Amino acid sequence: MVELVEETPRATSIVVELPAWPGHRAGQHVDVRLTAEDGYQAQRSYSIASAPEDPHVVLTVERLEDGEVSPYLVDELRPGDELELRGPVGGYFVWDASTGGPLLLIAGGSGIVPFRAMWRHHRASGSGVQLRLLYSARSLGEVIYRNELRVSGVDVRCALTREWPAKFQGHRGRIDQELLADVTWSPDQGPLTYICGPTAFVEAAAQALVGLGHDPRSVKTERFGPTGA
Amino acid sequence: MSPVSRGFIGRRRPVADPGRVPPGQYLTHDFPVLSAGPTPHTPLEEWSFTIQGAVEEPVSWTWMELLALPSQTVTVDIHCVTKWSKLDTQWRGVSIDTLLDGVDTAAEYVTAWSDGGYTTNLALADMTDGRAWVAYAFGGEPLEPEHGGPARLLVPHLYFWKSAKWVRGLTLTPDDEPGFWETYGYHNHGDPWLEQRYQGD
Repeated sequence: MVELVEETPRATSIVVELPAWPGHRAGQHVDVRLTAEDGYQAQRSYSIASAPEDPHVVLTVERLEDGEVSPYLVDELRPGDELELRGPVGGYFVWDASTGGPLLLIAGGSGIVPFRAMWRHHRASGSGVQLRLLYSARSLGEVIYRNELRVSGVDVRCALTREWPAKFQGHRGRIDQELLADVTWSPDQGPLTYICGPTAFVEAAAQALVGLGHDPRSVKTERFGPTGA
Repeated sequence: MSPVSRGFIGRRRPVADPGRVPPGQYLTHDFPVLSAGPTPHTPLEEWSFTIQGAVEEPVSWTWMELLALPSQTVTVDIHCVTKWSKLDTQWRGVSIDTLLDGVDTAAEYVTAWSDGGYTTNLALADMTDGRAWVAYAFGGEPLEPEHGGPARLLVPHLYFWKSAKWVRGLTLTPDDEPGFWETYGYHNHGDPWLEQRYQGD
C-alpha cells in the first residue's frame, strides 16, 4: 500500500502496489481481508476506483460509522502497511470500451467509486461512446473526486439532496423521473445505464428509468445496504 | 497465511452461537438488498410458476393455485456471498418436494429462472428432501418486491444468490448449466460452510 488520498472527510482512496495483479475490468471489486494479532479476521468487498490502464490499483472507501472494516481503512491504515486483497471479482457490473453505449452512469454517494474506473477507462481507451454521469450526494463537501470531475471532461450532472450553495446550478433534492428524463437519452437510442448506490436510491432510479420506457435489461444495478461496511 | 493488519482489532460483536456463522461471514440484523437490475413488478394475475425441461409434461401453477398448495413455515439461517449472514429468518412457502411430486424426470440439475432474466443453477439433490422452497412470505408478511416478491426460491444451505428472487420456474436439465452469477466468476455450488464464494474455491 503506497499512498492514501483523503477524498472527503469520510472517504479515502487507498493506492495499492500489488506484487501480482492479473488486471481487472472497470466496475469490478476486490475483497479486503483484515487480520488481527490473534488471528481474528474480517473481510468486505470494495469497488476498484482505478481504470485497467492506471499504474496502480486504487480503492476508495467510505467510513461507515457502524462498520468494522471501513473505519480501519479510513482512519487507521498508514502508507507502508500491508493489505490483503483478493480479486478482481465480479463480471457483470463492468463496462469495457467494446460494450458500447451511450453510457449513463448514475451514482448515489460512494456509489461513484466503480464509475471512476469506467470514466478513466473510457478516456484511456479513447472511446468515442457518449458518456454522462448523474451524481447524487448529500452536499458539495461529500462529493468524492470533486477536483478530478471538474477537469475530467466528463459530462456531469450533480444532484445535492441536503445542502447546496446558493448559486448551485444542479438539481436540488432527490433524483426523480423528471430529472432522469432530462439526463438520459431516449430509449430508442439504446443507452446503457449503470446505477450504483444505497438500495433506496438504486431502486428509485431503476424504477424511474423503466417507467420512462427503458428496457430493464439495459439497466445494471449494484446496491449496498446499511451493513455493507 | 494472512499478514497481520497493524492496529486492527475489529468490532467483535458477541455471537450467541458462533457455530451458526460460516467462515468469513458476519451477522446482520438488517436485510440488505442485492440485485443486478431493476426490480420486476409482475401483476399476480399474470404470474405463474412452471416446471419444465427434461420432464414428461411441463406443469404450471397460477398464483392462486400455488397459494392453495400445502405450505410450510420454516425458520432458517441465510448467508450472502457479500459476507452477511442473518439468523432465524422466518419464511412461508411451498416445498420443492411438493412441487416435484408427480413430476417424472431423469434430470439431475435445475436452472431456476426469474422475471428480469436472472438464472441460477443447482443440483436437483440440493433442492429436494426438505431443503428448498418457493417462498412467498417473510416474517409473516407478504414477501416485498425488493426481497424477491411475490415469490423467491429459498435454498438456505447455499449462498443466497442461489435463492433466486422473482422466481417463475425451474427447468430440469440433464447437464449442469451455469446460471447468471455462476458465469460471472462465482462458485458453481456455493456452500457457505466450505466458503465456496468464487470459482476455484
